[in-house]
Amino acid sequence: MSAAPVKLPPLVEPASELTVDEVRRYSRHLIIPDVAMDGQKRLKNARVLCVGAGGLGSPALMYLAAAGVGTLGVIEFDTVDESNLQRQIIHGQSDIGRSKAQSARDSVREINPYVNVVLHEERLDSENVMEIFSQYDLIVDGTDNFATRYLVNDACVLLNKPYVWGSIYRFDGQAAVFWSEHGPCYRCLYPEPPPPGMVPSCAEGGVLGVLCGSIGAIQVTEAIKLLTGIGEPLVGRLMIYDALEMTYRTVKVRKDPECAVCGKNPTVTELIDYEAFCGAVSEEAIEAARDSTITPATLKQWIDAGENIQIIDVREPAEYQIVSIPGATLIPKNEFIMGDALSKLPQDKRVVLHCKSGVRSAEVLALVKAAGFSDAVHVGSGIVGWVNQIEPHKPIY
Amino acid sequence: MTATRVQVVVNGQPESFPADTTLGALISRLRPSRTGIAVAVGDDVVPRAEWDDRPLRHGDQIEILTAVQGG
Repeated sequence: MSAAPVKLPPLVEPASELTVDEVRRYSRHLIIPDVAMDGQKRLKNARVLCVGAGGLGSPALMYLAAAGVGTLGVIEFDTVDESNLQRQIIHGQSDIGRSKAQSARDSVREINPYVNVVLHEERLDSENVMEIFSQYDLIVDGTDNFATRYLVNDACVLLNKPYVWGSIYRFDGQAAVFWSEHGPCYRCLYPEPPPPGMVPSCAEGGVLGVLCGSIGAIQVTEAIKLLTGIGEPLVGRLMIYDALEMTYRTVKVRKDPECAVCGKNPTVTELIDYEAFCGAVSEEAIEAARDSTITPATLKQWIDAGENIQIIDVREPAEYQIVSIPGATLIPKNEFIMGDALSKLPQDKRVVLHCKSGVRSAEVLALVKAAGFSDAVHVGSGIVGWVNQIEPHKPIY
Repeated sequence: MTATRVQVVVNGQPESFPADTTLGALISRLRPSRTGIAVAVGDDVVPRAEWDDRPLRHGDQIEILTAVQGG
């Protein structure tokens, strides 16, 4: 037996009126009976915060703006990079190097000048999150790391704000509305992040650009439904999208009575240190890398001097195809974790590990050292550092 | 035979386990860590606190979902 559909009242009271210009602009909404004047006035009165103006934030902000959400907040500290443009469609070629927040604001104004854009050009953290979130009705999450996702979740639970969540990787996307007053929160689904280094970011593993549109559009749909009180919100359900199979399916998610933040006996009653909670690098890797981290310049010296070393590249094959260090052997990190990669390492040479930026190689270094390769080292800044300092004509990604 | 083994499907792959295996034991066998994953049986996500009390049942359609951080 399936539970009764969730039905929630509108999150926002309607604005007093729409102008003649607004009526013309929103006419295709106004003639949908479920939205109509009332719904459009609610959107006009709505205050929505988008955390991040990147992959998910781009389509989210653009469609929220076009839909007529009256106030759109953007929290973003980063600048536009060329590698963003494959998916972050709110930014363009001429925006490279600009503040993403300002670039997003300009695009939103071009889409809909009736939207009031509020920029928060800072990194979201435990110090500023409560003050910023309290100014909005609903939070749309487009961040790219676990630490911020848990921060956003916990702040939303503490402030009782609906958290319209989405995340993407390669061809897979997930979306849900977490709202502890009416259903589960993010921690009810994923109580803790994966171990550091276990799940790659989009920067490490890649993402199909259009996936941002697929998932961002679901988030905007859910935001509009919550603001106007129509339909059945994605509360208590997780949407799972597989672009390769082209399947969408939902699974039910219950509130976890043991949840650390919204359960019966919460242990998280105020914001915590999210960087420590999610740990970019494990304790073991930090310990292994201590006194066993070299610079690209040192590696170059060792190569030139003919030192007895074996360079092991622990990235994925697709990354190796883009750029590699001369003489490096590819053994992806996962082969060290799940497979028999240790048997492929030379016993009579010093092992030098590297990855893209030093996180994965530090994790592998811990495993390699524990297996007895005590003089193994890793390149702290990875191949990004190598290209920047030693072979600047090669591409980075 | 059928009394001692339970047949389930994990992420689309048929798998066979001893009849008294719990969901928690299955996770421990198939994944290096219990964190950063969610587990659905059929159309329902099973909260982690219940994994070790939930015995596998014949025909369970189990999906292990991985948390992803990209955005």
